[in-house]
Amino acid sequence: MNLPGFPDAAPLAGLGGGVLIGLAAALMLLGAGRIAGVSGIAARAFGLAESSMPRAGAWAFVIGLPLGALIVASLTGAAAPSFAGPVTLAVAGVIVGIGTRLGSGCTSGHGVCGMSRLSQRSLVATATFMVTGFATVAAMNALGLEVLP
Amino acid sequence: MIRDTLVPLFAGTIFGAGLMLGGMTDPARVRGFLDLFGAWDPTLAFVMGGAVLVMALAWLLQKRMQRPVFAEGFALPDRSDITARLVGGSALFGIGWGIAGLCPGPGFAALAIEPLSAAIFAAAMLGGMLLVRLVEGQG
Repeated sequence: MNLPGFPDAAPLAGLGGGVLIGLAAALMLLGAGRIAGVSGIAARAFGLAESSMPRAGAWAFVIGLPLGALIVASLTGAAAPSFAGPVTLAVAGVIVGIGTRLGSGCTSGHGVCGMSRLSQRSLVATATFMVTGFATVAAMNALGLEVLP
Repeated sequence: MIRDTLVPLFAGTIFGAGLMLGGMTDPARVRGFLDLFGAWDPTLAFVMGGAVLVMALAWLLQKRMQRPVFAEGFALPDRSDITARLVGGSALFGIGWGIAGLCPGPGFAALAIEPLSAAIFAAAMLGGMLLVRLVEGQG
């Protein structure tokens, strides 16, 4: 299905992916009683944050992420997308790591779990990282900085 | 032990499948969404909308539950204070997200489709987290 005016958009796949993400977060909440915040869970798995979450559980969640991606990739047979070069990836990764620790969350914890709960902190966090995300891409485009091959 | 790991394993797997299907593991797709003033790609708005909708229903259910199905109790964030740390950290995160088109979940999920690139991103991200921990003197 195409979205009028946006020939490259994939609204149905997006919605389907979103529903799966929501179901996964719901399973964590109603099953384990926890927030499915990837940055926090990853920090817990690697011993970089204090948390009451069992470390084995944090590892299980992190291992599940590529497992799920692998299942979808093998079912759809989609070609691997392009990624930025190693230096760009490293710089972006460090900034994301610092930012998510200071900001107590990322797209999953604040954007999905917190927003759906109308948490004030998550609404502010999500609005903030959306705005700086928009601004970063706009600035890089204005400067002619291409990161994807 | 099995109970503590099976639920997160299933949740992580479904989460990773959703990230892949929704296009979150495709940096061009993510940066297209963040390119609000250029050739904007609204796909991620559908990802976010679908996820938030399902999760909002889960929160309604959660209010009626005494305890989670497979754990003794709920362990949920209860802070409501807006701090400079929250805003500054989130601002930084958005910058990093915009630069490479990857956030933490897709960084790990992409290990399945582009292992080297994803490993560089994930390792750098953990390095950034470690840096915060060291600077704050908890390490």
